[in-house]
Amino acid sequence: MIKLTDVTKKYGTKRALEDVNLTLSKGKLIGLVGENGSGKSTTLKLIAGLNHPTCGDITVNGEKVTRKIASSVSYLSELDEYYRFFTVKDAIEFQASQFVDFDIEKAYEIMKFMKLEPQQKLKHLSKGNRSRVKIVLTLGRNAPVVLMDEPFSGLDPMVRNSIVKGLISFVDLDKQLVLITTHEIREVENILDEIVAIRDGYIIAHHNVDDIRKENKQSIVDWMTEIYA
Amino acid sequence: MADLFHSSKPIYEQIAELIKKQIIRGELHAGDKLPSVREMAIEVNVNPNTVQRTYRELESMEIVQSKRGQGTFVTGNTAVLAAIREEMKAEILQNFTRQMYEMGYSKEEITRGLANFLDEGSIRDD
Repeated sequence: MIKLTDVTKKYGTKRALEDVNLTLSKGKLIGLVGENGSGKSTTLKLIAGLNHPTCGDITVNGEKVTRKIASSVSYLSELDEYYRFFTVKDAIEFQASQFVDFDIEKAYEIMKFMKLEPQQKLKHLSKGNRSRVKIVLTLGRNAPVVLMDEPFSGLDPMVRNSIVKGLISFVDLDKQLVLITTHEIREVENILDEIVAIRDGYIIAHHNVDDIRKENKQSIVDWMTEIYA
Repeated sequence: MADLFHSSKPIYEQIAELIKKQIIRGELHAGDKLPSVREMAIEVNVNPNTVQRTYRELESMEIVQSKRGQGTFVTGNTAVLAAIREEMKAEILQNFTRQMYEMGYSKEEITRGLANFLDEGSIRDD
């Protein structure tokens, strides 16, 4: 479903990704982990068509990634990027006008689940609730690929928990693939199928998480501590 | 939510354990329908694929049966269910005795200690 072949990305002379080969298959919830500056966000942006590889190929569903891939990729940015004067309802309607796969009914369902009100203005929302709005807008789309860049960063445990629950409840793993970057591995380790570890632009591991627990008799956090040592 | 599971054991195995315990305690009976994969996933806060794997494992152990279009059911085979009960008992006893032997207790000390303990009814709720 997502395939990166010999992908290298440089920003000027700085290397962000080096010779990355990665195949991610449909129906999986995959965590992309690594330290700050290791290339996680770059990887997501390249798959989303928001940035171009210096060399190598990226395909989503067999289609070469260009800016147009946005029609099959739902991307959650780590930034707050919506108009602050929008209400929650405005944001949902705006998103619906931009993407044909946006399911308004589902979006309102997620909105209720996240305990948001349609008439609330984004600029009056707390950081946690703005993050919840981003989840509504991202998961409201029935896109085959969902990319989430640091959806938990800077949020309190209650909000993180509601996002995790939202993911389990509203992602359709029969049809979707979810790739999520995070530092908060403890938050997501129970809901991941696979984990991809990246360091200094290199993919250093890609495994099924339960296989790690079974074969190494180790928690994911311990395993990570070991491979990053 | 992370507390429900040990972080160093496969989650699909831990969910299988939970279901086996429910069967042993009589909360689930022969022929009972299990929650759907999605319901179970939401209930225990894990990925539906993990629950799918649990159900697959339990099916290969013949503890559950999935019926196309209807869901997953506890087997009607009571011999299998009785066997799970015995297995779980053996497993707990084995862990207990191994720990006792590791600490150097003799067989007599263990049996006497256990008998006294049971007579006193001194099970603490903690």
